[in-house]
Amino acid sequence: MSIWFRHLLTDGLARRRPELKDLPFVLAAVVRNKQVIIAASALAESQGASAGMAVADARAAVAELVVLDELPGQAAKLLRLIGLGCMCYTPLVSVDLPDGLILDISGCAHLWGGEREYLKTIVQRLRSAGFDTRAAIADTAGTAWGVARFAPKGPIIPPEGQSAAIADLPPAALRLEPETLDLLHKLGFRVIRPLLQIAPQALRRRFGQQLLLRIDQALGRKEEHREQLLPPLPYTERLPSLEPIRTRPGMEIAIERLLEALCLRLQTEGQGIRKAVLKCHRIDGRKVQAGITTTKGSHSVSHLLRLFQLQIDKIEPALGIELFVLEAIRVEAMETVQEQLWASARGLGNTALAELLDRIAGRVGADVIQRFLPSENHWPERSVRLAASLAEQPDAAWPEQPRPIRLLPVPEVIEVMALIPDHPPRMFVHKGRRHPVAKADGPERIGREWWQDSGEHRDYYTLEDREGCRYWVFRSGHYDGGDARWYLHGYFS
Amino acid sequence: MEKRQQVISKLRQDLLAWEGYKPPAGGRSALLGLGELEQVFPNGVFPKNCVHELVCASMEQAAASGGFVSGVLSLLMGTEGVCVWIGRARRLFAPALTGFGVAPHQVIFISLHQDKDTLWVMEEALKCPGLTAVVCELREMDFKQSQRFQRAVEHSGVTGFVLRNAGQLSATASAARWQIRSLPSSGPDGLPGLGFLCWQVDLLKVRNGKTGSFRLSWQDKRFVPLAERVIREERQVG
Repeated sequence: MSIWFRHLLTDGLARRRPELKDLPFVLAAVVRNKQVIIAASALAESQGASAGMAVADARAAVAELVVLDELPGQAAKLLRLIGLGCMCYTPLVSVDLPDGLILDISGCAHLWGGEREYLKTIVQRLRSAGFDTRAAIADTAGTAWGVARFAPKGPIIPPEGQSAAIADLPPAALRLEPETLDLLHKLGFRVIRPLLQIAPQALRRRFGQQLLLRIDQALGRKEEHREQLLPPLPYTERLPSLEPIRTRPGMEIAIERLLEALCLRLQTEGQGIRKAVLKCHRIDGRKVQAGITTTKGSHSVSHLLRLFQLQIDKIEPALGIELFVLEAIRVEAMETVQEQLWASARGLGNTALAELLDRIAGRVGADVIQRFLPSENHWPERSVRLAASLAEQPDAAWPEQPRPIRLLPVPEVIEVMALIPDHPPRMFVHKGRRHPVAKADGPERIGREWWQDSGEHRDYYTLEDREGCRYWVFRSGHYDGGDARWYLHGYFS
Repeated sequence: MEKRQQVISKLRQDLLAWEGYKPPAGGRSALLGLGELEQVFPNGVFPKNCVHELVCASMEQAAASGGFVSGVLSLLMGTEGVCVWIGRARRLFAPALTGFGVAPHQVIFISLHQDKDTLWVMEEALKCPGLTAVVCELREMDFKQSQRFQRAVEHSGVTGFVLRNAGQLSATASAARWQIRSLPSSGPDGLPGLGFLCWQVDLLKVRNGKTGSFRLSWQDKRFVPLAERVIREERQVG
């Protein structure tokens, strides 16, 4: 199926700026030091201004002409957006620059009750969005292209009816270069029919390979490959709904059905989902989506469904959802586990644990889950690092020295009394409370990592007060004349 | 006299069995290694698939409870077990766990700010059969919530520990309520410096058991009941 937007650029602009709707306006760009019209709105065109004209000439023809600058690349952007909007009619949409879309609708039309209704639905929707649209359905993209643009009526070409359909169209319907068209025009080819009757060798000699290729493509003798707007993902499931779905149970049922179909496929192929996205096409033309990620590949319907259930609140159904698409964006090969046998296995490789972490990540966020590994730094604040995955094992040994079970994120200043310089304190005051020290260990000197930051080293002492509470305090820098600063950094158990 | 004692203990056993406390399958081998402290629990065994509640009144007590729980965790987890520690903005310092025989990389930390999230995560974690234990730092816990925890734990066999503030100590469905306080450390006689970590372990409530007060110390990666003699010595020093 080919869709043609007769006034793509101007319709797109008028949609964004409604005040332009009732004015004749053109988009112009400078070509060879001359302002030339690139696109003219329907109103301007009817009054005599057309694309390719100089702006000065058009101004003479249309008095109140509004001239706007043309934005390069705008057509591609618009077509991409419209194409994405058409994804709910077929997954295979490709952009056909400069002013059309080509949809591969094999197996889609019957869902809308036949090709005629299908075409009508799409065209009406695009027209109501403000685009002057014509469309045609044919077995080949080439024929549909020509029929959409040049045939006065009969947009639906029956199977095998390509040659009859294009025979009466002008040669321009074959998507040819302007030079070839000029030549054909000069030689008197007003319609395509005589071209079909001439031997191919003669045509090639006269007009080149391009013409033959286009004819073959239009008639379906040669395959034509197009770049898809969104390349189809290998693991995708679609579920159109008869009635728009608005309720949570309805959405849950839809997700479950999609997951059942997808997981069955994944299971047989030994794959597991790492990342999946549920796209919901709403009847107001908008699209909402929710995504999940897992820490380990999974193809368990119940687990994935629970992850999605946590996300359902984020989906705003508004007037209703007419199409659910579930895409597995990232999958990974899974080793097949015999569930019954290994369900009781404890350890970090446990499936139930991975599922638990997925649920937590889905509800609260993945950044709250932390697993620590030793890092080869002595500085206490930097002595641990976050593990990247559940399977990562420590590459260094954990420190042997006693470390407090609770470490203050920022050391707190304390007042200290020591009998002799460089001895452990006899008493310290923290937050106004005196702690007479009964026992002390230390010092343990930890040097500043000079290649990372500058500052004083720390001398750590482990102190125990008379009640038996144990603290980790340090003196920053050397003891020189009462100027040293003392800090409380942690609590031992 | 002997006979009467036997009858009474038999009756007690029967009562426990009727209330759903089966004697452990392994008999004495199911003991955790907490010494005589375990005698206060039903059937004389530390209840594993239960939620334990630890009351912390201050930062020091929280640290002491953290240490004690880590010690119990090392007994529970062995080398393969995994523990989830749900805390508030990363206060626990992972390397300290090595001192208690727990490999810090076997512990998954989840730092949360809101009690609502904490409760949800705790309940989900308690339901997860792949875990050995779940430790959770909470501000408040009401009866309903503790019942939910207990229900979750009964199916999965996970041991739950809740470290909570000593605010309103209302009734809960937990198996036991503990209070841990640090005691002056004990070392070999007369040596300067800190010795082995010691705690005063008070069992304020035990469901179907007895309450009690114990002194334990952590030596060579196991709990050792503290001899009275050492305590006296400490008092002299203090």
